[in-house]
Amino acid sequence: MTTTYGPLPVWAVILVVGALTFAIRYSFIYLLGRVSGVPPRLERALRYVPAAVLAALVAPAFVDPAPTAAATLLDPRLFAGVVAAGVAWTTENMFATLVVGMVTFWTAGTVL
Amino acid sequence: MPTVPDGFLDGVRATLPLLLGLIPFGLVAGVAAVDAGLSPAQAVGLSAVVFAGASQLATVDLLAQDAALAVVVLTAVVINLRMSMYSASIAPYFESLRRRWSALYAFLLTDMSYAIAIGEFTGGEGDADGDDAPAPNGGVGDDGTARDRWYYFGAAAFMWLVWQLATVVGVVLGASVPESWGVSFAVPLVFLSLLVPELSGRPRIVAALIGGSVAVAGAGWPLNLGLLGGALAGVVAGVVVEGRDA
Repeated sequence: MTTTYGPLPVWAVILVVGALTFAIRYSFIYLLGRVSGVPPRLERALRYVPAAVLAALVAPAFVDPAPTAAATLLDPRLFAGVVAAGVAWTTENMFATLVVGMVTFWTAGTVL
Repeated sequence: MPTVPDGFLDGVRATLPLLLGLIPFGLVAGVAAVDAGLSPAQAVGLSAVVFAGASQLATVDLLAQDAALAVVVLTAVVINLRMSMYSASIAPYFESLRRRWSALYAFLLTDMSYAIAIGEFTGGEGDADGDDAPAPNGGVGDDGTARDRWYYFGAAAFMWLVWQLATVVGVVLGASVPESWGVSFAVPLVFLSLLVPELSGRPRIVAALIGGSVAVAGAGWPLNLGLLGGALAGVVAGVVVEGRDA
């Protein structure tokens, strides 16, 4: 899929995301001396942001609910995702995860 | 001959083991951006301005699906919120910097540059001069030494440069690889390899399970809100489980 947004909205997104990301990065470096660290409740919530966000990004790419359970499970994307998760768990290496995941995806795509 | 500040090259060197992760990630960022219909200039601009891989991939993914622009921006911001923790943690070491420099250092703050720097600042093995001693520039102890700051700048600036080069190569590759190869599948694989090391302890595992499940259930929701809904539900679940376990 490709975007149908024109150059203007795309550049606007780039600049706004860039500016807001910078504001997040600069926040406490700028505020230092005025506040003492992250409020404890916010810090607790922030601890779970990476796991929750990354899982929300990953899961829909591997699990695509089909009308039947068999069709959902026999999906090359799910198969490759499970294999890649095993590689990521044992090696903690992004490159190895990428290579094994892509090769499994291509192989499973021709078999399943 | 101009001299390189003490610590700068040590910082650059400290990034080398991480390049095996950074370079393929940057390649995918470039490929995914052109695949999503961004121009080469936009793809490189995204890497140069945002410089945060996971949020860049989510941004181009949502743009490709023609999601509402507010949702695109909000999702990227939620993904990058974790950096406020790094900002708070590293701030004391940047306190004696001039404002312009502290803004530049903040711009270069990423998961990787934070991890490298905080290990060095808090007295890792390679910490030769020791943070407890007064720094040569007159700063004292935990405010961070000049060497520490150059170390951070060396590491962070070098990673920014490598990120841009990897993106450019990815843009060139992305334009020449046929779509039938399905290289966009590399994007969730990158997220997966970032997710797995996060899964330590019950609250984080529950946060991931709930986040992923809600995102799958919400895949068809309008405005691509499934991703944000999943992220939010996952964070709430993690906090709740932590409260119960405590």
